[in-house]
Amino acid sequence: MLKRIAFGSAIGALAAGGALAQDIDVTLGVLNDRSGVYADLSGEGSVVATRMAVEDFDAAGKGLNVEIISADHQNKPDIGSNIARQWYDVDGVNAIIDVPTSSVALAVADITAEKNGVLLDSGAGSTALTREQCQPNTVHWTYDTAALANGTGGAVTNAGGEKWFFLTADYAFGHSLEENTMAVVKENGGEVVGNVRHPFPSQDFSSFLLQAQGSGADVIGLANAGGDTVNAIKQASEFGITQAGQKLAALLMFVTDVHSLGAETAQGLNLTEAFYWDQNDATRDWSARFEEAHGAKPTMVHAGAYSATLAYLAAVEALGSAEDGAAIVAKMKEADIDDALFGKTKVRGDGRAIHDMYLFQVKAPGDSTGEWDLYEQISTISGEDAFLPMLDECDFTKK
Amino acid sequence: MFELLGIPPQVLLGQLLLGLINGSFYAVLSLGLAVIFGLLNIINFAHGALYMMGAFVAWMLLNYVGIGYWPALILAPLIVGAFGIVLERTMLARLYHLDHLYGLLLTFGLALIIQGLFRNYYGISGLPYRIPDILSGGHNLGFMFMPNYRAWVVVASVIVCFGTWFMIEKTRLGAYLRAATENPVLVGAFGINVPLMITLTYGFGVALAGFAGVLAAPIYSVNPNMGADMIIVVFAVVVIGGMGSIMGAILTGYILGLVEGLTRVFYPEGSAVVIFVIMAIVLLIKPEGLFGRAA
Repeated sequence: MLKRIAFGSAIGALAAGGALAQDIDVTLGVLNDRSGVYADLSGEGSVVATRMAVEDFDAAGKGLNVEIISADHQNKPDIGSNIARQWYDVDGVNAIIDVPTSSVALAVADITAEKNGVLLDSGAGSTALTREQCQPNTVHWTYDTAALANGTGGAVTNAGGEKWFFLTADYAFGHSLEENTMAVVKENGGEVVGNVRHPFPSQDFSSFLLQAQGSGADVIGLANAGGDTVNAIKQASEFGITQAGQKLAALLMFVTDVHSLGAETAQGLNLTEAFYWDQNDATRDWSARFEEAHGAKPTMVHAGAYSATLAYLAAVEALGSAEDGAAIVAKMKEADIDDALFGKTKVRGDGRAIHDMYLFQVKAPGDSTGEWDLYEQISTISGEDAFLPMLDECDFTKK
Repeated sequence: MFELLGIPPQVLLGQLLLGLINGSFYAVLSLGLAVIFGLLNIINFAHGALYMMGAFVAWMLLNYVGIGYWPALILAPLIVGAFGIVLERTMLARLYHLDHLYGLLLTFGLALIIQGLFRNYYGISGLPYRIPDILSGGHNLGFMFMPNYRAWVVVASVIVCFGTWFMIEKTRLGAYLRAATENPVLVGAFGINVPLMITLTYGFGVALAGFAGVLAAPIYSVNPNMGADMIIVVFAVVVIGGMGSIMGAILTGYILGLVEGLTRVFYPEGSAVVIFVIMAIVLLIKPEGLFGRAA
């Protein structure tokens, strides 16, 4: 289950003559879903992205001996917790990267704080990571449910979708996304007419969709992710829901999901992401390299694993040690980051990385020039507008 | 208009119909399992993986060879069935004289390998498969919109299930089969090739899984885990129906689809566990299953 890839150690050994100013051992653990519903949007791709970050940072040249290990948490908090404990206690892991599935991420965040490691979370969505359960050792890089709600929820409500019905995955992430989006809908003058919570993961959504159909809502908000969203959209089209005039709002969708649905079924959907491969030269170059190594275009979770790792390694280099997790995160919060993939980024006192988010629309099949040419950018949402304001008790720079 | 626990009757009717559709998948899958267990005494844990293979083979036929849904509905089960026959001849056949557990472990391992291979090559997000044009769209039944494709699923599964039941329980071939499982040596002495019959039976049971996979391809995401999510429920269906009872497996499949559909209205959070709760109750009260014969 565990994979070990040693980096830099060979070069480090060659250079051990004393040419280097420092010699720091860093072990990074990429912990995510490698076999379940989130395996394509995180999985091995996040390991590839982390490896690219280590290479692009020129860790070996800077005297950092970085080793990357990875494991499958199977979307189960107990399994994730056990791996995290073992990594910190036995394998000497300094930072845990990615960790999609909010329930697992929240468990790992607590263990990370207890062991004074670092959690660079890219895959999870729950705002609780930087709010109710904020920790001085957590950096939440890519997105959260509030940013998704502000992006898609705001746009769809303002476009006239006033009555909402929610179809929600029954676990931490779904609840959080539902709650955030409800708030945004009401703020924008909309109304919530009902909701239903489905088991995670589910195959068949027809019963739930029928309830949504009967609710008289304008918009069915899908507060779920991955295969659940794909199945729900596929079946909504089958049951004539979209044809009858009700709109779907996929509150969290990744480019791999859209790719799997096909442009024909997904066309016209609004969605919010922090990164899309075809935004500018830097994202295109990086994504081409990623695709060469991994065989598919990167998701924003992959991009986040890359950029968070770069920022982390910079902080480790500046401190000259990877031992004190809280100090490294504090150092990351001082930096003004200009990231190739996320643009200007600031890690806030609560660990929330603030950067722009983007509202996209899925292209019609006729407008798409290739299998991955899927999005049209509608608007940019500034980091300040996208993410929730910081809670005072979570501002660890003041403590 | 009357209401039941605050649920209007239209909604209830709609949900019952949906339950019947889901029950169709359970019925075809649990039927295959029941045939294999009833006649071969093999607990076929690879059934879910073979169901997934059915969907993938349909996708491959379309995308690599250009063969559409209708031919795939026949071809894919044949291909999956042939694959099953290879498994039976090369591996399962060596385990018949051992305890059930060995067959269970072998097929469980095979399921993991098959799923892993597909995951490796096709990823987890799933592949798109279109509903055939002739069955796209649907009809408004007044209380719900009935997609034509789902109506077809119910019809196809009812035909296949009862056709199978008829063949096994009412025909000469079925009589041979049942006799061969009862006393293989004696039936062999009458000049019937028992090992061949057993192999073909396994192939047939597996082909049923492949058939369900093709039926599922246009409405569920075609992904390597689609069988793993299904197999546990289907096993529960077989246990509730009574291990090895053909009619029990079919009827229980439809009934549990209905029960699950109703749970989705009254208590959606519980819809994932309701079948297992029923299984526990049935095992406590009638351990041989609803339609099983006491051992």
